[in-house]
Amino acid sequence: MSSSDENVILRAEDICMVFPGTKALDHVTYKVYQGAVNVIIGENGAGKSTLMKIISGVQSPTEGQLYLKGEKVYITGPRSAAQHGIGMVHQELNLSENLTVAENLFLGREQQKGFLPIDERHQNAIAKQTMARLKQNIEPTELVANLKVGQKQLVEIAKSLIADVDILILDEPTSALSKKEVQILFEVINDLTQQGVSIVYISHRLEELMAIGQYITILRDGKFQSEAMVKDIDVAWIVREMLGSEPVTNFLTADRSFGEVVLQANHITLVNEAEVTLVDNVSFSLRAGEIVGIYGLMGAGRTELFECLLGKVSFSGEFTLDKQKVNTRMSTSERIKMGLGLVPEDRKQSGIFPISSVSNNLSMSSLWKRLKGLAINEVVEKEAITKTIDELSIKVSSPQVEIQALSGGNQQKVVIGRALLTEPKVLLLDEPTRGIDIGAKGDVFEMMVKLSEQGIGILFSTSDLKEIMAVSDRILVMSNGKLTADLMRDETNESQLVHASAQGF
Amino acid sequence: MNLKNNNNVFRSGNLGLILLKMRTFIALFIILGFFSLTVDGFLAPTSLIIMIKHISINAFLALGITFVIITAGIDLSIGATLGFCGMVAGYLISHGLVIEPLGIAIFPSVWVVVPVVVIIGGIIGAINGFIITRYKVAPFICTLGTMYIIRGAAMLLSGGETFPGLQGNPELGNTGFDAIGSGYLFGLPIAIWLMFIMAGVIAYIAKKLPFGRHVYAIGDNEKAAELSGIKVNHVKVWVYTIAGICAAIAGIVVTSQLVASHPATGTAFEMNAIAAVVLGGTSLAGGRGTVTGTLIGAFVIGILADGLVMMGVSEFWQMVIKGVVIIIAVIIDQMQNKMQYKAAIGSQKAVC
Repeated sequence: MSSSDENVILRAEDICMVFPGTKALDHVTYKVYQGAVNVIIGENGAGKSTLMKIISGVQSPTEGQLYLKGEKVYITGPRSAAQHGIGMVHQELNLSENLTVAENLFLGREQQKGFLPIDERHQNAIAKQTMARLKQNIEPTELVANLKVGQKQLVEIAKSLIADVDILILDEPTSALSKKEVQILFEVINDLTQQGVSIVYISHRLEELMAIGQYITILRDGKFQSEAMVKDIDVAWIVREMLGSEPVTNFLTADRSFGEVVLQANHITLVNEAEVTLVDNVSFSLRAGEIVGIYGLMGAGRTELFECLLGKVSFSGEFTLDKQKVNTRMSTSERIKMGLGLVPEDRKQSGIFPISSVSNNLSMSSLWKRLKGLAINEVVEKEAITKTIDELSIKVSSPQVEIQALSGGNQQKVVIGRALLTEPKVLLLDEPTRGIDIGAKGDVFEMMVKLSEQGIGILFSTSDLKEIMAVSDRILVMSNGKLTADLMRDETNESQLVHASAQGF
Repeated sequence: MNLKNNNNVFRSGNLGLILLKMRTFIALFIILGFFSLTVDGFLAPTSLIIMIKHISINAFLALGITFVIITAGIDLSIGATLGFCGMVAGYLISHGLVIEPLGIAIFPSVWVVVPVVVIIGGIIGAINGFIITRYKVAPFICTLGTMYIIRGAAMLLSGGETFPGLQGNPELGNTGFDAIGSGYLFGLPIAIWLMFIMAGVIAYIAKKLPFGRHVYAIGDNEKAAELSGIKVNHVKVWVYTIAGICAAIAGIVVTSQLVASHPATGTAFEMNAIAAVVLGGTSLAGGRGTVTGTLIGAFVIGILADGLVMMGVSEFWQMVIKGVVIIIAVIIDQMQNKMQYKAAIGSQKAVC
């Protein structure tokens, strides 16, 4: 590797990043090679995004040093990163839909002096040039709202190019693109590297990385794991490096027994207003006491599938819950009463009631179960809450504490507890371990196993390979809205799942 | 040593928190004390009763929109609803229900007029709720629109005129309307009884019924509420309906006290009601608030207003003072939320 070291344009040396309670980066040294596509990969929480935030100036490292072309640099913020020629295109698009392409490109750096009006002719001309550099025939005066997702992504890239970037960081740029749009993006990336731009490319799609990358860096648990030339390695190697070789912890006992089918989904299809198929003809079944994990990358359609089940959206196809057919028009509350419990994906946004007490958070879904006449039976309610807090070992000083004071793991237990209090037959957990620490993850898994042993059918989703192997009896893989695999856990391995997660296109 | 220190800080924090929580109550006593020293006979039963009677009108409105504000909504139309409902009551008593083709008019008794007017108020609220939930119109805009519509309708009902002399006619059998505003029950005006009964009912709904929990949940996190199986739109429609019903009751009481109904009655009353709710510790951001708080808030505003009048403070200074009090109240509210959060974090740390 030493021969290529002179091509290094940016070197992050010995970077440490400590957040309260966790070490996100632990003495990581990372190199970006000039004029190449530098792929960086790791599991969720491995530290990729923290590292990128440090390079693009969004966060300052606790320790460590950045060298740009061999010289020490201090990047104090996104603006200072831009001055050093570092630009980042975030996974979520940051465009103003109500403005034109050119206006978006020059947002915050309008070509204008004193009290004169903005020099739109000049802006449009530069915008046109930049779009031509990306081989795009998009009019600078077009409204961004009228563009396709892929085109918007390219406008984002153009925004960085106008700022004269040497290093362009792309964070999961393909997660919302169609296969054709991905091809165009790859061509653009190749052109850019030939023009001398260095690309840092973050993605979970391993096949994509193999196609576009030249150098690959793998992070694991906040530490540098390995670096290689893409031409020297294969997918199996990546999976091995990413997950480590130690055997996956198994939370399941050997003698698991399942009951009858409690949830049967047939040909579930969901098409959104923009006529994009989000869930594509998905059928599966879930038995009592069984834990089924759905693996898939961001945007694979897992969340949307759960939304179909809980009735937030109108979809075609049908599913039966405990032998009763579920009418598509049934409201969420009716489905909950039928025996469906949901733990939503984004705990902060759609899980907790932040300023309400733990007690109210727990009982909210099941108030109808504990009425005395019209009023809430507070004695019975209190009993149920104490019992739940105990059973799920929720650490709380008093049930009256506001839930926002709890740690992420405990908050998640409360949300799970809320679903359990409705006495569900099927429990849906969407990314149940997102944003909680390792110890709490283990607790959540043990809880899932315990619940399944009580006869509840559990369907959970995750984009974490280790998690899916740790706690599923059976694994479904989703990709681009389609179900691409339905495998028994002991008959599969990580590589097979990764492969299936890239098949839906 | 360290631990002990921590403990002390914690305890003093708690005391501060308790004082902050009781602040509206404390403010009420300070104001009462201040006026009893500066105004002669301020605490005499007769003057207190008159004051509480004034307060009751604002309290009806404030209690009604407490739920609306807890769901992070707002209702600007309650003042207009008050005026309109008063006009409907006045019309029914003075003109009766005219049936053109037969050339007759039916004069319903007060026992019919009152429930009909209350139901009309409820329907107005339900329409607000329907527009807000069905067409996703921001509550502020929707109720701003209905405020104008309802006020206009009230004017149209009489051509801008007053319906005077609503004592009713013994020959028509519709007397007794004025008793609601001027009558006494067990030595207290009926209006005051009504206020406490309404506060009781609303507090019961808030504390004991699932509906009340749902109201708080929606204000706290609407998306989570939806996913927890709460029928968010259904609850919201009812919340605005309750606001409408309360405004109608306020309209009946005002009209009865004046024994006349004027279409401009209740103009800008919604502002006083919102002020009372906010003063009582309900957050406009939703999720927080109590019925007792609202009631005390209404008392603070009412006593402040009447006390300043009795002291002879000019009307212009009264406005300035009221505004200052509201802003200070909200600033203290923010402080309380922060302290409450810190205290909760502190007590959580002890467990983990």
